[in-house]
Amino acid sequence: MANQIGNYSLYIALFASIFLIFQSSNLIRSRSKNLDSTIFSALSVQSLMVLISFFSLIYAFIISDFSNETVYNNSHTTKPLFYKISGSWGNHEGSLLLWLLVLTTFLLIFLISSKKLLNKYRLLTVLFQELIIIGFLLFILFTSNPFLNLFPIPKEGMGLNPILQDPSLAIHPPILYLGYVGTSIIFSSSLAALVCGIVNKIWAKHIKKWIIISWVFLTIGIMLGSIWAYYELGWGGFWFWDPVENVSLMPWFCLTALLHTIIVLEKRNIYQSWIIILSIATFSLSMSGTFLVRSGILNSIHTFANDPSRGIFILCFLFVLVLLAIFIFFIFQKKISKNLSKSFLVSKETAILVNNWFMMFFLSVVLIGTVYPIFLEVINGSKISIGPPFYQKLIVPFLIPFLLFMAVGPKLKWIKDNLSKINLNLLILFILSIIISYLLVKLYGVSYLFIVPLFGVGFFLFFLTVRDFFSKDSTLPQKISHFGFSLFILSILFNGIFAKEFSSNMKVGDEREFMNKIIKFENLKIIEENNYKSLIANFNISDNKDSINLSPEVRIYNQPKTLTSEADISSTFYSDNFLVFNVIKDDGYYNVRYQFKPLMMWIWFSIILISAGGILRYFKNDD
Amino acid sequence: MYGKKVKLRAFFILLIFLSVALIIFLAFKALEENVVYFKSPTEVKNLSELETNKIRVGGMVKKNSIITNESEINFIITDYKNELAVSFKGSVPNLFEEGKGVVAEGFLKDRSYLKAIKILAKHDENYMPPEVNEALKENK
Repeated sequence: MANQIGNYSLYIALFASIFLIFQSSNLIRSRSKNLDSTIFSALSVQSLMVLISFFSLIYAFIISDFSNETVYNNSHTTKPLFYKISGSWGNHEGSLLLWLLVLTTFLLIFLISSKKLLNKYRLLTVLFQELIIIGFLLFILFTSNPFLNLFPIPKEGMGLNPILQDPSLAIHPPILYLGYVGTSIIFSSSLAALVCGIVNKIWAKHIKKWIIISWVFLTIGIMLGSIWAYYELGWGGFWFWDPVENVSLMPWFCLTALLHTIIVLEKRNIYQSWIIILSIATFSLSMSGTFLVRSGILNSIHTFANDPSRGIFILCFLFVLVLLAIFIFFIFQKKISKNLSKSFLVSKETAILVNNWFMMFFLSVVLIGTVYPIFLEVINGSKISIGPPFYQKLIVPFLIPFLLFMAVGPKLKWIKDNLSKINLNLLILFILSIIISYLLVKLYGVSYLFIVPLFGVGFFLFFLTVRDFFSKDSTLPQKISHFGFSLFILSILFNGIFAKEFSSNMKVGDEREFMNKIIKFENLKIIEENNYKSLIANFNISDNKDSINLSPEVRIYNQPKTLTSEADISSTFYSDNFLVFNVIKDDGYYNVRYQFKPLMMWIWFSIILISAGGILRYFKNDD
Repeated sequence: MYGKKVKLRAFFILLIFLSVALIIFLAFKALEENVVYFKSPTEVKNLSELETNKIRVGGMVKKNSIITNESEINFIITDYKNELAVSFKGSVPNLFEEGKGVVAEGFLKDRSYLKAIKILAKHDENYMPPEVNEALKENK
């Protein structure tokens, strides 16, 4: 029953989409002064239909309706209710339905919140957005329909990959998608603004809200995925430069560049073309991110729920959209009102341009690293992978000038400033930072020379952003975000350089020595749970001063038959002690991995601070 | 004489061009050193010259081949045509199991022995490296 409801509501949404495309182009052609109420009603109907269809899928998951193929493939009766619900978007079909839901809802919100703007602009945005929506609807209905019937009805489902049964991963896709799909509104409305010739201060103020909200969701979404990888995968890190992680980082760089540049448009009415290009690029990267993750083209350790045949559709669709966007850009680009106000080299505008340069540089590095293996495989069939050293080598050296610019840039004034800002105070602070970092490096005996300037500029940025809280140079949201970022840089530097790792194969009762600590495997318990069997190990880690007990766990799920290991992490203000163990074979040995991770908490905390700045900016009425 | 605007535009275009050139140059220089090739045990066997760079070898963990001691895990990767012995010090992922797909990253000591520094397994219980899939089909 739920199957039919879900399916038919999607068809109604498809008709609404066709109607909206015709109606909005008619209205644009007839230069109607009023926004036809039919647009609003059709859009409401569409959103409602997609919502109904989404809820009927969730319903099918809750009652374990195995006549639905998607439910059969991804669920199981013994699964906890929470994961039955989150399982509905943990698979390919459901996740696309979620994309669609956010697409339609965002468009509705856009229409409601843009009443003060030009009619033609609103209609055009609806038109472009509906083109995206209709593409997704066709894609869902004809290649990945979540409401296919199965007959005869199976007694039991295949189960959800247990590794996905985790709270942070349950909310990670929806949050990330809110960010991704938010960029679609930026894409549609920047094209609409271009066609109407209103790429100006007023438009910037309006679209800035959408940029901020997408950026906040994308940032938090990436963080949640990263937290999940940290404790669930047992790799004991927060970023692995895996292609699937990279594709979420690429739109983030673009969006961050846009977030800064839009302020220039708002204040100075320049860089219009660049903003349109960035908007197009951000959305293309968001969509190709979904495409790459879903299509299975990426040779990643963690691609879930994929099917290569579907990839072609998204690729063609994306290609058409980008081509259309570029076409529109070149036709209407002349309409941009040429602003003859002067700009000088030393100014905030230039500083933001420098920020953009670095964002584009980091983006290119990640793009090349992610796409090159696919490219090479198509060209000559050789299979390669590109590891973390590639990214570190290209990104880390550039962090030094980047952080330096970030420290000084926000201090500059609009239009024209001079370098007398770089006064004695700043210089003393800089030298102090270098000295601190030198002492640190000396104290801990780090052997890399470039660590000194890297840490140095990290501290410099940190001190300056702290000092900023007492000045009136910039707004509070900016101060919080920039301070958060400096904290983030310092935490990942500390974390990367001072992390220690130890692994060994141990039997129950064994002891190992590591870093003046004794790691003891005390005992092992077996507990039968509802849908899995759990092995809980008890470890004691002690040094002269204190000792901690860690109890990592291995879960043996029966449906599907899989092992997962749950790391045990004891987090403190200064560091994390991370312990994970694994069953290798039934011979008494367990594979144990212990990691000492300094300032891990601070990485998460600093990302929350960065996003908090964005949230504050969103709710704060502008000066 | 050209106007100030034209000059500014030319300057920007030059800057963009230089940036692109810089990125491409740096990226490909870094790529040369950091690319890890993926091979199957059969491809390793047929290497004309022993690969000295880091490589990845993918296949299935042979049944009853895992031998563990205090510091090392030894096992055999097979693509059902050829085999490769692997020794590894470190931690293994969840789905490292006999009869399951695995990817070992490390250095070849000879054509039948790999000293691994990293073991990867896809966290999907039905995963098989594509090469193994093909090899399996051929053997049927």
